[in-house]
Amino acid sequence: MRAVVLGIGNTILSDEAAGVRAVEALERDYCLPPAVQLIDGGTSGMEMIEDLSDLDFLLVFDVVLTGAAPGTVVTIEGDAIPVFFRKKLSPHQIGLPDVLASLELLDAMPKEIVVIGVEPVSLELGLEMTPTVARVVPQVVQMAVAALRQRGYAVAPALAELA
Amino acid sequence: MAQRITIDPITRIEGHLRIDVDIDGGKVNKAWSSGQMWRGVELILLGRDPRDAWAITQRICGVCTTVHAMASVRAVENALNLEIPLNAQYIRNIIMTAHAVHDAIVHFYHLSALDWVDVTSALKADPDKTSVLGESLSSWHLNSKHEMRRVHERLKHFVNGGQLGIFTNGYWGHPAMKLTPEVNLLAVAHYLQALEVQRKANKIVSILGSKTPHIQNVAVGGVANPLATDSQAVLTVERLMAIKGWIDELADFVKNVYLIDVAAVGAFYAEWTTIGKGVTNYLSVPDVPLDGKGTQFAYPGGFIEGGDLASYKPITSFHDEYFRKGVEESVKHSWYNYSDGGALHPFKGETTPNYTDFKADAKYSWLKSPTFYGKVAQVGPLARVLTGLAAKHEATTKYATAALDTVSALAKTKVGLDAMHSTIGRHAARAVTCCVNVDLLSEQWTALLTNMGKGDLTTFNKPVFPKDEVAGVGFHEAPRGALSHWIVIENGKIKNYQCVVPSTWNACPRNDKDEPGPYEASLVNTPIADNAKPLEVLRTIHSFDPCIACAIHLTDTENDATYTVKAV
Repeated sequence: MRAVVLGIGNTILSDEAAGVRAVEALERDYCLPPAVQLIDGGTSGMEMIEDLSDLDFLLVFDVVLTGAAPGTVVTIEGDAIPVFFRKKLSPHQIGLPDVLASLELLDAMPKEIVVIGVEPVSLELGLEMTPTVARVVPQVVQMAVAALRQRGYAVAPALAELA
Repeated sequence: MAQRITIDPITRIEGHLRIDVDIDGGKVNKAWSSGQMWRGVELILLGRDPRDAWAITQRICGVCTTVHAMASVRAVENALNLEIPLNAQYIRNIIMTAHAVHDAIVHFYHLSALDWVDVTSALKADPDKTSVLGESLSSWHLNSKHEMRRVHERLKHFVNGGQLGIFTNGYWGHPAMKLTPEVNLLAVAHYLQALEVQRKANKIVSILGSKTPHIQNVAVGGVANPLATDSQAVLTVERLMAIKGWIDELADFVKNVYLIDVAAVGAFYAEWTTIGKGVTNYLSVPDVPLDGKGTQFAYPGGFIEGGDLASYKPITSFHDEYFRKGVEESVKHSWYNYSDGGALHPFKGETTPNYTDFKADAKYSWLKSPTFYGKVAQVGPLARVLTGLAAKHEATTKYATAALDTVSALAKTKVGLDAMHSTIGRHAARAVTCCVNVDLLSEQWTALLTNMGKGDLTTFNKPVFPKDEVAGVGFHEAPRGALSHWIVIENGKIKNYQCVVPSTWNACPRNDKDEPGPYEASLVNTPIADNAKPLEVLRTIHSFDPCIACAIHLTDTENDATYTVKAV
């Protein structure tokens, strides 16, 4: 049983960093079993094929535009996943959709994919997220922990949290 | 009457590029290349610690993360006149050559082969005949009948299931598609095999870089990899032995599949060795340094004017004034204003935006226009191969000769060096540099092990920052060509930072003298079979391997309310 939690986005475009920051928070605050790998994907593409091959579960943190209010957290799963990736047009044209298509060709698609997305306030240049988005990162992390536990991965708070 | 076609965005590339062409009498007579997205990394860097710049600059692009990390630490080391340990140089060289091999394979098979290969035609192929063809071309073990039948079945499965995914950008059935069903099937088989093989190159980067996609081991002054001949926790001989196995697998694929496939495409599309020439001033930089100072290199770099190899002038060290003094950027056709007209050296670079919308006769791109001693220059694998040939570099000569011999044999006519100044020539040059790189990867691996065997385990020299202002340039011959980062440091903080990236050289708009950039010049006279499906434009643009996320400047967001990056 293998799972990956993948954070994607450009960390120099303010709220675009949310996915990567969520992965960092998960790594800092929780103790994960060896079957769960965390990846800061940034804006990369084909380099991730190796790590994303033959997964049981792929959880993606991303910034999404669904028209909801900024800071809204959205979960996308099941039949909505292919639609989401087909519509996703990013300045980084070689991205996760191409990696997933390649995994399909390799017969190595993840058995299950869930996207947890945040509506951004700003995608302007900057290393800091807006307060609205920064505030929901812990909630996003909680949702990921719940999703992992629900699928049988033993996620525990980091030791510092217990003390 | 000319018809204007706008392609926006160009797909299967990194970043947002728009190409406009005027077509008259079935041929392109004018072209414009426009970067449609800005980059702001330089603004973020101002006032920061120069030791952190590499980690931030590697975020400007999703494809070439490592190259920016490398150019950045080299710029700081250059400013400080800091030598790095031999092991650090070797480890960096292994990472960079492995990255370049990865990039070339992915570019040819996954980002540009579909401009030449018709996937649906492959369905009509006879798998056994395909295998006979493949085995006549090379000794690659996966050209067997069994493999071709397997791929044919898989392809049928994908097409029938409507799961073509990544293939959906292809121009199937386009009149400019010329390969036989068997050649198409062979290419599809190699496309799938390349997906497997590219992983090995990435594994090397990830073990030595401690992580991918964003490597973590680089530092100003060397690398952060602790070396040991025994401990498990660090980079051990055992791990290095595993890397050697992957290098050998990559070498097999690159030399026996990639180089041959490119030659075959060149032979079947012979007319494309006369299309796409454009700018014939070529600039490359020397790389794979063999000493800690950067005065000796495993391959050369320099400048060639007008395609004449005899005009070659070499760049000989990281401190060579010939490169340092030659680079300038102008903004006559870019969405910026300079306080004075003319061109500016990167150390004095200004970035005041002036967005005007797309105006073909005035300003039309977020890219600046770089020049080398006032001349527009093409960078990339073709520049590297031609400067390598001019410098009589042994490995470059060997693989370039092999590529031309294979094309000549398949085309049943002598194909000479002139054919390299073309769309196909750029693909062939990339395959040639990939062969050179895979050999260098192996050599640098041996050099590292030999040096460790002598008992030298040093990987880092601590940098010391003076109070005075110092300036440096770090250059790297990246997969897309000459990349340079320019830094001015004062009192240990970044005072100015400019990145002059390969795609700025190639995708730039017209310069101060209204001379077109390499993309623009290369499109002129390209025949277009169907104005509604300008596949031919994509072929030439893709041959440069566009990657422009990093090619665009912006250091002032306050004054610009007209453009918002929608980066989702």
